[in-house]
Amino acid sequence: MARNLRLLGFLALICASLSISGAAVIRPINDAHRSAALELFVPTNGSFGSLEEAYEALRTFQIFGVEKSTEISHATCPVVAEKLGSSSFISKDLFLALRVNSILGCQIDARTFEDVASKLQAVIKNASSLVDFHYGVEGLLHIKDQGISVALSDADGTFHSIKALSQSDGRWRYDSNSAESSTYAAGIALETLAGVVSLADKDVDQSKIGIVKHDIIKLFDSIKSYDDGTLYFDEKHVDASEYKGPLATSASVIRGVTAFAKVASGRLNIPSDKMLGLAKFFLSIGIPGCTKDLFNQIESLSHLEDNRVSIPLILSLPSTVLSLTTRDQLKVEVTTVLGSAAPPLTVSLVQAFRSDSKDTPVLENQELQFDSENTIHYLDIIPLKLDAGKYKLMFEISLHDPENLNTYATAGRTSVMAFITGSINIGKAEIGIFDSDSGKSEALQKLDLSRDSALSLAANHLQKLHLSFQLTTPLGHHFKPHQVLLKLRHETNVEHIFVMESSARQFKIVLDFLSLVEKFYYLSGKYEIELTVGDAAMENSFLRALGHIELDLPKPPEKAARPPPLPVDPYSRFGPKQEIAHIFREPERRPPKELSLTFLALTLLPFVGFLIGLMRLGVNLKSFPSSVVPASFSILFHAGIAAVLLLYVLFWLKLDLFTTLKVLGFLGVFLVFVGHRTLSHHASATAKLKSS
Amino acid sequence: MAKSTSSDAQMLIRSLRTAYAATPTNLKIIDVYVVYAIVTAVIQVVYMGVVGSFPFNSFLSGVLFCVGTAVLAVCLRIQVNKENKEFKDLPPERPYADFVLCNLVLHLVIMNFLG
Repeated sequence: MARNLRLLGFLALICASLSISGAAVIRPINDAHRSAALELFVPTNGSFGSLEEAYEALRTFQIFGVEKSTEISHATCPVVAEKLGSSSFISKDLFLALRVNSILGCQIDARTFEDVASKLQAVIKNASSLVDFHYGVEGLLHIKDQGISVALSDADGTFHSIKALSQSDGRWRYDSNSAESSTYAAGIALETLAGVVSLADKDVDQSKIGIVKHDIIKLFDSIKSYDDGTLYFDEKHVDASEYKGPLATSASVIRGVTAFAKVASGRLNIPSDKMLGLAKFFLSIGIPGCTKDLFNQIESLSHLEDNRVSIPLILSLPSTVLSLTTRDQLKVEVTTVLGSAAPPLTVSLVQAFRSDSKDTPVLENQELQFDSENTIHYLDIIPLKLDAGKYKLMFEISLHDPENLNTYATAGRTSVMAFITGSINIGKAEIGIFDSDSGKSEALQKLDLSRDSALSLAANHLQKLHLSFQLTTPLGHHFKPHQVLLKLRHETNVEHIFVMESSARQFKIVLDFLSLVEKFYYLSGKYEIELTVGDAAMENSFLRALGHIELDLPKPPEKAARPPPLPVDPYSRFGPKQEIAHIFREPERRPPKELSLTFLALTLLPFVGFLIGLMRLGVNLKSFPSSVVPASFSILFHAGIAAVLLLYVLFWLKLDLFTTLKVLGFLGVFLVFVGHRTLSHHASATAKLKSS
Repeated sequence: MAKSTSSDAQMLIRSLRTAYAATPTNLKIIDVYVVYAIVTAVIQVVYMGVVGSFPFNSFLSGVLFCVGTAVLAVCLRIQVNKENKEFKDLPPERPYADFVLCNLVLHLVIMNFLG
């Protein structure tokens, strides 16, 4: 079982080393990253906001060799001193302050450090979660770097407690209560374990270190990969609260593994191509746009730059476009990830393939020469007789010192796409019109395609246009560019584009107008002729106006297709829109005012008649009550009715129904009460009269 | 024959007038009120005939108010009339109160519909 696994692993190693890596252009860290860091990490009045951001900025500047500015020290040191001097027990604050202090070197006296050290020792003794151990141990490590002697009393116990949180797949849990394990936590745990080993006053048990080494191998089994050969670490489950992303997770693991490799005796058996894959991952993200990403990238690469597992060596081409005209050399750079010099090695071009013949290599086993002044490997391509075109180059690195094989990680074979450009000759260009029934071309005229021409041709629908030319590379081979297009444009801007085919070492097109009559929409007239030849490997791609041709086409029949409408200026939709004429409803015809007023008077006339009729009948107020109380009730009754009628008039004029109903409610109740009293009094008065 | 017809008609009218003179005054007041309401309604219909029914709701509310108040007055007359056997025991104040109340409600409804 174990042997099978080992065989499988060996095969996997072979496959990995033979794998073609390199769709992304990977270059080591250069000045562009440095200036990006200076642009992103900008302090406001010297301070960076929080101690975490300050550390990120200062560490990045430290790696790039940027001078510390006194402004930053002035603004940040007081914060650091305050955090360290305060009586709080928050281990995170102490850890952040100590981290920043280790770069800034603020003036903190030894007694403060000793106090903080004893606090952190207490934190470690009582710690149960991984982050507590991390802050305590790393804080003590920073204090030790300041020159204060600290030692971890129970290193074995601490080591054991941290190790207890590990899982079988190499990941770690954050504390004994959490169920999920995390790769990010594994990085933190490894870093903390490395700190424990270096702080221990007596050596930690070697078997325990061996177990952690196994855990690291298992962790590396869970590494993920992209298609272009880059490798990265990511969490198994994307949990929203704790998820940090592949960049931060990979950075954490590299930090932990390189720290542990420094303190562990003996080697960590991590395959070198995995370290190389991780380095490529960090280099392939280009220049990140946010401070945290840039910090993670630069810090991880600085750990990879001189780690004890294997140092990745990056092979890159400063320029992937080589010109035959200016006799460029193929230049290859091999450096570490941060751009430092590599050990003595030789680069050889193992194979070179043209893009159109992927099976047979055009070059094999060319060794590149080394220019020690510019630390660059170069190869003259002119004597190699390489033609213009697109190439896939496969390089291999061989280290001079065989001992370096254990220290450095080189890819098996690196493949890079490159262009070799050259000036293409255009020759034997001919154009002419000939009749369709005569086979031989008679009226062909020579054409100079190195500049625009002003030909003036004429043809009718029974004739054909013939155009042909030859393209040859600098080495004399037939060249087939990406684009060879002939365009005919009518006066009305209707265009027709034809692709020219290559046959028998020349490019030729014959436009038979008889068959093209319908395609041209039966449009006769002047057509401008343009020829376009272009390719990425061609230094003199051109667009030539060749002149014009008068076409005489027959009249379009009834059902012919009309030429397509010309494209509308896309900005015209932002212009003013057409006016809309609104049609309003005509108001109703109203009668003239005088007529209405006449009828108003006529309507009031019957009222007058009513009053006259009443008077003629002898209406009187005899049975109006005479005594006070009934009289007042009667008055109130009539007043109430008048009030209601007045309310109705107001309702018609301006009130709304709800107000009216509300008031009517009060008035109605009043009226009912008063009316009842009045009418009952009246009734009893009448009854008394009748009985008497 | 025509003469007898016209003299019959005259006699009919005369007897009607004498019979009518015998009705009590309060009933006559109500009759005058009814006539007033109907005449107002007729004038409104004539107006609508002249100018067209444009705000139709106003026309309807006007006409129907006149008709409605005439109807209520007729109900009052029935209930107050002493010769009606059903309403003999009822004091006339009750129907009068009903008349006032119903008229007020009718006024409100018509005012709302008048627009």
